[in-house]
Amino acid sequence: MKKTGSQILLESLVLEGVDTVFGYPGGTVINIYNDLLDYPIKHILTRHEQAAVHAADGYARATGKVGVAIATSGPGATNTVTGIATAYMDSTPMVVITGQVPTPLIGNDAFQEADIVGMTRSITKHNYLVKDVKDLARIIKQAFYIARTGRPGPVLIDLPKDVQIASTRFSYPETVELRGYKPTYSGNVRQVEKAAKMILASRRPVLFVGGGATASDAGEDLMSFAELIQAPVVTTLMGMAAFPTGHPLALGMLGMHGTYYANMAVTNADLLVAIGARFDDRVTGRVAAFAPKAKIIHIDIDPTSIKKNVRVDLPIVGELRDVITNIMDRLRSDAAQVQAFPELTASWRSQIDAWRSQYPMTYKASDTVIKPQFVIQKIRELTARDAVIATEVGQHQMWTAQFFNFCHPRSFITSGGLGTMGFGLPAALGAQVACPDRQVIDISGDGSFQMNSQELATLVQYKLPVKIAILNNNFLGMVRQWQQLFFDRRYSQTPMELPIDFVKLAEAYGATGLRATRPADVEGVIRKALEIPGPVLMEFQVDREENVMPMVPAGAAIDEMVLAS
Amino acid sequence: MASQEAKHTISVLVENEFGVLTRVAGLFSGRGFNIESLSVAPTLDPSISRMTIVTSGDERILEQITKQLNKLIDTIKVIDFTDCEFVERELALIKVQATEDTRAEVLRIVDIFRGSVVDVTARSYTIEITGAPGKIQAVVDLLKPIGIQEIVRSGPIVLGRGHKGWNG
Repeated sequence: MKKTGSQILLESLVLEGVDTVFGYPGGTVINIYNDLLDYPIKHILTRHEQAAVHAADGYARATGKVGVAIATSGPGATNTVTGIATAYMDSTPMVVITGQVPTPLIGNDAFQEADIVGMTRSITKHNYLVKDVKDLARIIKQAFYIARTGRPGPVLIDLPKDVQIASTRFSYPETVELRGYKPTYSGNVRQVEKAAKMILASRRPVLFVGGGATASDAGEDLMSFAELIQAPVVTTLMGMAAFPTGHPLALGMLGMHGTYYANMAVTNADLLVAIGARFDDRVTGRVAAFAPKAKIIHIDIDPTSIKKNVRVDLPIVGELRDVITNIMDRLRSDAAQVQAFPELTASWRSQIDAWRSQYPMTYKASDTVIKPQFVIQKIRELTARDAVIATEVGQHQMWTAQFFNFCHPRSFITSGGLGTMGFGLPAALGAQVACPDRQVIDISGDGSFQMNSQELATLVQYKLPVKIAILNNNFLGMVRQWQQLFFDRRYSQTPMELPIDFVKLAEAYGATGLRATRPADVEGVIRKALEIPGPVLMEFQVDREENVMPMVPAGAAIDEMVLAS
Repeated sequence: MASQEAKHTISVLVENEFGVLTRVAGLFSGRGFNIESLSVAPTLDPSISRMTIVTSGDERILEQITKQLNKLIDTIKVIDFTDCEFVERELALIKVQATEDTRAEVLRIVDIFRGSVVDVTARSYTIEITGAPGKIQAVVDLLKPIGIQEIVRSGPIVLGRGHKGWNG
């Protein structure tokens, strides 16, 4: 039986196991939206296409499933760009479907036409313009396959209106044949063997864990690996929840706002085992002084991540769980040696403990003004262990990374690579749709929140009980901090001069708004918010000029930290 | 790691699909890699195109270029000809001023370099010349004083010597 392009699209989504999509209708996707009513797919109408993509991203990060977003052509499509770039930088599996003007009009500067395939070429893992309905099923199959395999990433399908209307016989391909795309999953055996030798030869090893560990759900293997060799673990922002912060071997985050002991450990290590991390500049500081004494083993599924920013002594391309398991097997093949190994590194661990007690993660508490770090600790204290925390971007994001003590995989959803303000609320929305039974909290700043605050409407409409905690300092705090430290306190355009009544804003959308102005209010507000079944916005009026510390100034080595301002 | 800038010739076999040239060119511009020349045409198998790219950079950059090219979904194979034997040819069409005093000299140069004249007018010769880029450059240098009106070069294309390469 023949089906139209839009029916083929929806049928294929169902066959791919998609039960939820995020989107926004418009002229060139009106056929898809018409047919959507006939398929068992839940559609969440966000209030902005950017938010639809972030929501699909949050959905994907919370579950590991491919997130799906739909937008119309032209402005709808261009609004997806920031969302797609965010997903690309953080390797989120996602398929974005955009409508396009009918094929005869492409290139004519037609109404609501934009060359979205051209625009997103550098921010997608792959993208397609479908010119013939006969190609559609194959393209959708490939898109999902590409999005979720290898190093995951967003794939865009641009679907002209006439292709949605045209019909053809539908059969969904069972397999994917892509001669140019064959990710390497198994690590090279000889490289694995060398890695085991290098580990046993080291005396000051450190495991350096990035977002790849979350993407490949490698948390458990990572834990066994770290425990087997008793190696301390530092994580990037993206790798945070992959290894529980409370674990004795966990040193927390490294890099620009990393812990003193994480940065000292990396700087003094003689072996750094990078696991699904890409040596971002926020992590390395001055590259020449990064891990200067260490041999580096770099395990990653994406060969381009290896030797891109730093020299690597032993590259291993492969899927993390596979490679880690093989290294462990190799190590265990000589039981006596591997059992004796932790003893050889005992003094290294006590050195790290000394650094840890010398400069623990801390802040100056106050009885009179709410410290943002205190709010984050209280949220941690009062929420479920598996609560999903989303953040926006800025100071609150770093404080969350520093003080939340993540212990559950896929519990931290944040825009690490692109650093997209306005990401957190829609991402939290998507995570809540994916995990209706988990507590989902968006920790936000007053600046970021206002970049997608319209999504309060979506929360209320779909009765999504996301709790929003705004750490309101009436500043664009991170930029202000830089201006304070490096630009002589010239606060150019960072004070948010107009104080917003966030409680009223929440109420205007039909959500609940709560406010805390004193430290004594904080716990009560959080407790109350968690008790209320629907979406709640909590505004915490925090210390206006609190800084994120420690801090590695731009261009400095990561052991050249400013510890307090 | 050597940090010496050097020229490299790379062949890239890609799906002969809409937009593939932009993907490759965009990768180079987006990541700040140089393209000195690029030529592209289908192979024996019309679904596959072969690009020859001449680029420059140190070892680290070249490694990134080949990895990033391989990462493109449409890339089937990347052949880096650094450190191996290959045959390299370029085609140039050169329109040279040919007045009464210079016509004989132009023909002599064409002859020496085994080129041919493919178009003649009262005031010009159009010359076809093939060879390694160095040979083309030598011809250009000789003809320049006589007066080159227009030139087009294809950019080099290469094939590995012996078994190095691609089947098709």
